[in-house]
Amino acid sequence: MSEWWTYRLYDFLLFTPQTYYRLFDLYNAAIWPAQIVAVALGVLLVLMCARGAGRPVALILAAVWLWVAVAFLALRYATINWAATYASWGFGVEAALLLWIAIRGRFDPPPAYARTAGLGLVLFAVFVEPLSGLLLGRPLGQIELFALTPDPTVVATLGALLTLRPKRRWLLMIVPVLWCLFTGLTLLAMSARDWWIAPAAAVLVVVLTLSSRAHSPAVSSLRSSG
Amino acid sequence: MRRSDTLTRRSFLGSVAVAGAAALLRPSRAFAYPGPSAAHPGPIVTRPIPSTPSDALPLVGLGTWGTFNVGDDVAARNSCTDVMRAFFAEGGRLIDSSPMYGSSQAVIGYGLGKLGHPKELFSADKVWTPSGAKGPAQIAETEKLWGIAGFDLLQVHNVEAWEEHLQTLFGMKKAGKLRYVGVTTSHGRRHDVVEKIMRSQPIDFVQITYNALDREIEGNILPLARERKIAIICNRPFQRGALIQRVERAKLPSYAAEINCTSWAQVLLKFIVSHPAVCCAIPATSRVDHVRENVGASYGRMPDEALRRRIAADVEKI
Repeated sequence: MSEWWTYRLYDFLLFTPQTYYRLFDLYNAAIWPAQIVAVALGVLLVLMCARGAGRPVALILAAVWLWVAVAFLALRYATINWAATYASWGFGVEAALLLWIAIRGRFDPPPAYARTAGLGLVLFAVFVEPLSGLLLGRPLGQIELFALTPDPTVVATLGALLTLRPKRRWLLMIVPVLWCLFTGLTLLAMSARDWWIAPAAAVLVVVLTLSSRAHSPAVSSLRSSG
Repeated sequence: MRRSDTLTRRSFLGSVAVAGAAALLRPSRAFAYPGPSAAHPGPIVTRPIPSTPSDALPLVGLGTWGTFNVGDDVAARNSCTDVMRAFFAEGGRLIDSSPMYGSSQAVIGYGLGKLGHPKELFSADKVWTPSGAKGPAQIAETEKLWGIAGFDLLQVHNVEAWEEHLQTLFGMKKAGKLRYVGVTTSHGRRHDVVEKIMRSQPIDFVQITYNALDREIEGNILPLARERKIAIICNRPFQRGALIQRVERAKLPSYAAEINCTSWAQVLLKFIVSHPAVCCAIPATSRVDHVRENVGASYGRMPDEALRRRIAADVEKI
């Protein structure tokens, strides 16, 4: 038999898909009616991103990242996946960074295409991504909502970072991009048909962020003087 | 196909404990293996543990990788308890777990508590930490999760930090806190290390991957195990389901009935456990019907060497 590279992704999965999705069932049942607050926060996030209100957006995101870190990752997901304990710490760090941005942060004006794409991603994460499970036949009880569960929260955050362009946004992108990779691989291992959503969002945001940096006034002036 | 009970009678009787007789496990407890029932063709087949021939294990145990990692979900824990209940009722004994398996250990403990700690249990777990110094604390925590005072078998998981952990385990065995010591690996990894340990250390068990497709160990590890009187536990008997998905594309062969198999799962298990060096296979499941089917492979006729080769060839062709 060959060496470790013959491991399938599924071999690294600590739990069955049934157990994973039941996690959301039990979580949603336990925190009801927090879903109403989550949807309201999602609507508020969209409005604030559309207005370019960086500090309120960062404050909302800091709060929801902290909630997800504790209520979902540490208290629930970590019971079946020890790696979720480290993820919860990562989400806590991201919450702290977002809070710092909310208090002291500065924001660059985004290019129009980045602003549009970012807003589109926020809208997607808040209103469309939660429906992906339903469209794939999963019951309503397993719905994953922005502000309550990691995937749509992370995708919405990436969109917000694109829209608002805070200084040192690369630092704020590290944990979300890593989570998109982690969740994408986990869902792929489970042969989930929506495994690609979070990784695609991460790739889009990284590409657009690089692109908008290349076309920023500071870079343009460096090129013209060089 | 010649009937295995005639062809291999001498070797068969030499390796099979007669079911129904009380088997002495520890001085303080004994139990009788289940006798024949309407569900099974004859008594349960067991194989002696080579380092302690007076002790024997049924050929199919219960693994808990993935299937028992259900967290705090009470309904799921109760389902796992039902699996354990059926496992013991069918004559199963060995349950295997590891700290790596998430909440599986706690779920086992939950089930054992609900079942009143069946005396048939042969408890097998692992030490899994890169630090030898942290081994004893992890073992103590594992005992707490199972709700038992000590294990029958502890194994060094994936042979990580094996020198230090084996020292700990041998010390526990010497002090009477552990009956058997072993090491594990899987997916064909680190066979060179396992072989080195088998040759140099007085271990009792090796847990390793062996099934109808993954047969690498037939050339080295299995003969060495017989030579060194080390029991072999086989993990990944179904390649975590992939092998079952593969073979179920094909019709169950006619020879299945000749070896008292009613499903591909049983054929695949009997392929494994009919090897004379193998003590036990540990398929994992979260379903009561599957655990009954799996332990059912501990009963009835076993394939001889010719049929074993045929099974392997047939599975490769599918």
